[in-house]
Amino acid sequence: MKKLSAYDRVEIARSQVRPVITDYIEKLFCDFTELKGDRLGKEDASILGGIAFFHDIPVTVIGHRKGKNLDENLKFNFGMPGPEGYRKALRLMEQAEKFNRPIITFIDTPGAYPGLEAEENGQGIAIAKSIARMSSLKVPIVAIVTGEGNSGGALALAVANEVWMFENAVYSILSSEGFASILWKDSKRAKEASKLMKMTAGELYQSGFVDKVLKEPEGGVLVESEEFYKELDEALYEKLKELSDMSPSKLKLSRFEKFRKMC
Amino acid sequence: MTNQLFNENRQKLFSMKKYRYKNSVLHELNIDDEPIKCKACDNSISKKLWKERFYVCDKCGYHHSINAKARLNMLIDEDSFKEINADLSSKDPLSFPGYKKKLKEAESKSHLKDALLTGFASIGGIDLAIGVLDSSFFMGSMGSIVGEKFTLLVEEADKHSLPLLVFSASGGARMQEGLFSLMQMAKTAAAIEKFSEHGGFFISYLTHPTTGGVSASFANLGDIIIAEPGALIGFAGPRVIEQTIGQTLPEGFQSAEFQEEHGFVDMIVQRKDMKKTIFNLLKLHSRK
Repeated sequence: MKKLSAYDRVEIARSQVRPVITDYIEKLFCDFTELKGDRLGKEDASILGGIAFFHDIPVTVIGHRKGKNLDENLKFNFGMPGPEGYRKALRLMEQAEKFNRPIITFIDTPGAYPGLEAEENGQGIAIAKSIARMSSLKVPIVAIVTGEGNSGGALALAVANEVWMFENAVYSILSSEGFASILWKDSKRAKEASKLMKMTAGELYQSGFVDKVLKEPEGGVLVESEEFYKELDEALYEKLKELSDMSPSKLKLSRFEKFRKMC
Repeated sequence: MTNQLFNENRQKLFSMKKYRYKNSVLHELNIDDEPIKCKACDNSISKKLWKERFYVCDKCGYHHSINAKARLNMLIDEDSFKEINADLSSKDPLSFPGYKKKLKEAESKSHLKDALLTGFASIGGIDLAIGVLDSSFFMGSMGSIVGEKFTLLVEEADKHSLPLLVFSASGGARMQEGLFSLMQMAKTAAAIEKFSEHGGFFISYLTHPTTGGVSASFANLGDIIIAEPGALIGFAGPRVIEQTIGQTLPEGFQSAEFQEEHGFVDMIVQRKDMKKTIFNLLKLHSRK
């Protein structure tokens, strides 16, 4: 078996055949009910959120939404949320806290959308508030990086008690293209950048940023990789049971301390 | 009439956009009478007058970038600054090529160990915890040490029930530390969240530039957010946005004035009014 480079994994993470959040929801949850809108004037489809049963537990599910074809991707803005998406996510997380539901987030984004309206409507503050508030929620949060987890746009959904990654997912400060462009003014050096950035699941597990790496079938997880979903389901169930035994204040404190230590 | 004046002023500031990117820092040097030119309008004034005028051009109103020490000198009570965690300096967690060397260069250029200066001080006799990002050190970018010093400062403010004032001047997260830098956004935002839950008062003061990971974490979490005239404030940098949307940005996009207009800052404060504005806010939030 060929050893994959960091950039091989970037390509797998971005692949058109890689499952998207709606697949994970289909595989893992029952009775998913989508909940829309930021209640401030807009619905941002690049973040999908709702409530569902995970086994017998009501949970809140939130994540970046990528499409399976161009039409869908245009509709979902390729999984690049504006501030409205993050405000919706935050609204649903606070709702989860009110009803004492665990939160499961799926992270798969090229980054927060760097557009005109996004800036006009407060992209920075929307992300900042999501990050800050996640740190103080009193319900269990598990974040799973399934594809690309780029920049503050990914972190905005990832301040969790447990941060997991699919084996071929990447998690980084910026896309490797963006990184190369900032440091060397040449986005074509993305491959070289990806090697230096230490963005793969294995590297991040070693650095202590990631609590669990979910081994994928060779070549990357597909919609039909049933065995993979079975293992994910079991691991998630175990973890949620464990977290649900913790008191609300302990959940909050242990999450806070986890991120406090990161330096 | 006021409106017209405001608009004229705004136009003037917008037309300075092109100068903003030069972002040169006027250090506090030995005062002599050698004239220095305004970066925006070529107005020429002596160093002594620059200092007296807070490094603001009296002709066009352009606020030049200043380093952390100059900022403290014009704001806090004389000799009141007690620096904390001065010796913390960046590691190289990714063993990133060239990073250590660049850190050394930044250190000798700015006389700082990293981009954030933190400590205790008083303003008009009111004690506070204060932090100032210095854009002359690695563009004021946030890596592990900036995140750590910020968090330690917040914890000190919390412990001693002091108000917190932090000046941002930052290009965002520090690339060379990868995910270590990204996590500082979580760490600093969480620290503010906790401070806020305990009733702590945080003034976030945005100066040129405040972008990227700093704008998407602590800088936008102030109870009160103040901006300096003409400062570039935003999440994505102008170049990235222009590449994404395939067009040039309108004049004044992401300026302090733009952010005020869109409801994201409480006020824009001229540098000459900085001290009295902050003093007044501190008085209004006195917890004693």
